[in-house]
Amino acid sequence: MIRLGTRLGQVVPTLLLVSVLVFALQELMPGDPAIVLAGPLRDPVVVAQIRAKLWLDQPIPVQYFHWLGNVLQGDLGFSWRVGQPVAHMIGQKLPVTLQLSAMGFCFALLIGVPAGVISAVKQDTVWDWAVNVIGLAGISVPNFWIGILLILVVCVDLGWLPSSGYVPLTEDWRMSLATTILPAFVLGNNLASTLMRHTRSAMLSALDQDYIRTARAKGLREWTVIVHHALRNALIPIVTLGALELGTLLSGTVLIEQIFSIPGFGKLVVDAVFDRDYPVVQAVVLVTAALYIALNLVADMLYVAINPRLRTG
Amino acid sequence: MPSEHESPGRLALRRFTRRPAAVVGMVVVVLFVAMAVAAPLLAPFDPNATSWSAIRKAPSALHWMGTDENGRDVLSRVLYGARASMLAGVLSALIAAAIGVPLGLIGGLAGGWTDTVIGRVTDAVLSVPFLILAIALAAFLGPSLQNAMIAIGVAAAPAFVRVARGAAIDIATQDYVEAARAVGNPPWRVAVRHVLPNIVPPVLVQATLAIAIAIVAEAGLSFLGLGQQPPAASWGSMLNSAQRFMTQAPWLALFPGLAVFLAVLAFNLMGDGLRDALDPRSR
Repeated sequence: MIRLGTRLGQVVPTLLLVSVLVFALQELMPGDPAIVLAGPLRDPVVVAQIRAKLWLDQPIPVQYFHWLGNVLQGDLGFSWRVGQPVAHMIGQKLPVTLQLSAMGFCFALLIGVPAGVISAVKQDTVWDWAVNVIGLAGISVPNFWIGILLILVVCVDLGWLPSSGYVPLTEDWRMSLATTILPAFVLGNNLASTLMRHTRSAMLSALDQDYIRTARAKGLREWTVIVHHALRNALIPIVTLGALELGTLLSGTVLIEQIFSIPGFGKLVVDAVFDRDYPVVQAVVLVTAALYIALNLVADMLYVAINPRLRTG
Repeated sequence: MPSEHESPGRLALRRFTRRPAAVVGMVVVVLFVAMAVAAPLLAPFDPNATSWSAIRKAPSALHWMGTDENGRDVLSRVLYGARASMLAGVLSALIAAAIGVPLGLIGGLAGGWTDTVIGRVTDAVLSVPFLILAIALAAFLGPSLQNAMIAIGVAAAPAFVRVARGAAIDIATQDYVEAARAVGNPPWRVAVRHVLPNIVPPVLVQATLAIAIAIVAEAGLSFLGLGQQPPAASWGSMLNSAQRFMTQAPWLALFPGLAVFLAVLAFNLMGDGLRDALDPRSR
């Protein structure tokens, strides 16, 4: 509990700093937003009204605290382009991206961890070498390129899956999986390689421990030794490092959603960027950071849960 | 057998050259840099010259990588695209190092509140996923290759802060740094003359890996239209237009993507080799 309290104590200042950074982004913006919003006529009266409405006539610290107060109440502002509340837009798009990310993470775990275990158990064999080569290639390959190539082969040539679009899970789960399985696989590909590398080194050091020798000496089956004894201990660093990489997964959705035309968070931010819809861009940055921090906190608690040595602290 | 008086530089070079993968990586990196520098000499055609009689032609003896939707030679554009990628990779990593190394050095050596503040800001920036931060910065700065490089550099800086800070704390406890302090050197002099040269190895490793990340990021930003602007060639923007003609002209997607992949792979191989050569403990 003490540990959780300390962690929460660290999270609050980080989130506040993120909010300052996100707010500061708008200072980089070229031109005066009030003039942009006033339309082509640039009527000075309208511009003044907009400035007053958006608090742009106030000193910057006052603007920040006003904005922060709104954010804390769940008000992320209004989209300049659509006129809708940004929080509502994000609420609509976020589940899509979360589904994609969760599926991507599952793919990464299902591929990365077993591959890493095989590589460590069969150290210095052809298996190890092959896993390492594939892993290095997986880290280096741009996932949006793999996405394009897979659409070409799996969707266009073979016609197995739809190449674009999205069906919500609640509407038709089969179609939902059909529209997301390929993008999720592409998304998880880089993370799978990273997890594979982490699993390999964690397994190698776990397999070197005395308790493994004891387990083997007791006559336990090799499978039991590897899964119940070595992997269980190796999982601790893997979970933590995996959580740290979740940010990369969230980043990846931007490009993947663009390629597969999935109407998620990433597509929202890219469209907002081209529409110069800055409140949406700011909100997306803020929400992703908050999400990332929250996921890290969860990983931290998981870390304590699977590592009994930390429970008393 | 290594000689007893072998300099650290020679020792590192020997360790590096003993890894074939790292050497291959370096050779490929040198080839890509040469490609970028000598693009005007190597390219068989003007990369921006359109030809209505050669639209979307498959690879042939005349056009080794085929032609694109405007009849431009893909090979020439891949060669010129190396310029945008290498420039973005190296300059972004330099920007990141220029921001991150001084901050890490100050944080690591000053300690106390200064270190806490720098650490907290680093954590805050790191909590925004890299590409999303780069996209947001590029969006607010405006789309261009130059702004993409600034955005990637800023987004990649926190990693340098961490590496430089860790190394600086490690070096600061060494006897020669203590001695430099004891004889009355001002803190900035200790930092610049005694600590900085010794944190170069981990920073160099980080820089090599950051170049790989920056190349992918530049390709991603250009793919989205936030990097290199048309008609100038960039691997990312080539992939963007390739997507529209995927069924009719699949080669358009193949070659620029392959170029990104090979360049990033080469920098990663070189970075791994450098890490093992310069900092064997971190393996």
